[in-house]
Amino acid sequence: MDKTSYQNLTRGIISENPILVMMLGMCPTLGVSTSAINGVGMGLSTLLVLIFSNFAISLVKNIIPPMVRIPSFIVIIASIVTVVDLLMAAYLPGLHAALGIYIPLIVVNCIILGRAEAFASKNNLWQSILDALGMGIGFTIALTVLGAIREILGNGSIFGLMVFGEDINPILLFIMPPGAFLALAAMIVVFNHLRKGK
Amino acid sequence: MKANKSNFINMVLTLTIIALVAAFILSYVEQLTKEPISRAKDTRELEAIASVVKEFDNDPFAEKLTITSANKKQKFELYPARKDGVINSYAIKTFSNNGFGGKIEMIVGFLMDGSINNFIITQSSETPGLGTKISDEKFKSQFRGLNPNKHGFKVRQDGGEIDAVTAATISSKAAIDAIKKAAKAYNNFNTGNN
Repeated sequence: MDKTSYQNLTRGIISENPILVMMLGMCPTLGVSTSAINGVGMGLSTLLVLIFSNFAISLVKNIIPPMVRIPSFIVIIASIVTVVDLLMAAYLPGLHAALGIYIPLIVVNCIILGRAEAFASKNNLWQSILDALGMGIGFTIALTVLGAIREILGNGSIFGLMVFGEDINPILLFIMPPGAFLALAAMIVVFNHLRKGK
Repeated sequence: MKANKSNFINMVLTLTIIALVAAFILSYVEQLTKEPISRAKDTRELEAIASVVKEFDNDPFAEKLTITSANKKQKFELYPARKDGVINSYAIKTFSNNGFGGKIEMIVGFLMDGSINNFIITQSSETPGLGTKISDEKFKSQFRGLNPNKHGFKVRQDGGEIDAVTAATISSKAAIDAIKKAAKAYNNFNTGNN
């Protein structure tokens, strides 16, 4: 793999992590990160849609007039999300039952439109897919870690397994919306400290 | 990449084509998935019913009855479970609009004496990690064997016997509300038909 490809793939994971550095997609991030498993679910659904949308937009980028590119991208993204939602409901009902509530939320996730606009509309197919993969993985990792922190502190469990036993009272605040802001802020501080310290 | 110029004609044309292609793909996928989705939904519902009633060998879907509340305004679906031809329990699909996140739908299974066998939440928008704990065994087990007609079914804060889920009293009350609705509708159905 050449250097550019490698950079495009890893950029989303560390140096331009969508949540921790670019602060994109805050609404789903804060909303669904109440447990580690929710983080994994939302992250993977977003990863999937991101790959399809970068793929599609990279294909049509040269035929869309610049002034109508945003509305075109939105229609394309919304269609992809709906198709993924329907196919999943039909052929993977178990997975859909677990992730179903997050899928419609992906349409309003600005990471998708952000990558379409900033990357896929300017780069070729292969690089756009690498970028989608990197961004999706970065988003999934950050969301899972945030979910895990909130789940441990707010519910005393991780991936549904109790870690402290039944009689410890968890800090409920962390499951609730204010806890999302606190946990995310702490995560951003630590992450950026480590990143810049290198 | 060389961006082509935007003019009125190519903008209208591009948007129209994109919208048409999107509409075509969506309607095609919708057609394609309609059947599998409704089949998956039926399977899920049947599994939900099976988890709240006793062992059965009939098809509860085929024997579905529609019962109404006393004022005839609300309709509930009742699924009888039979073993060797005898009804041993029944499931009622019920709901409450008083959840923290809006509507909660559940299926409650009753034994023939009117006591609760089990219930399952089929649809809710409660806060994950808080309100969703009304699906936990710890909350559910409090209802088993109790008869909504004999017990008040109130949360402890209101002087009742049910421990609400911590920090999710509203969700707990909504679950109770849905159960009571189902029990009342069944009473109404029973007295109306005997």
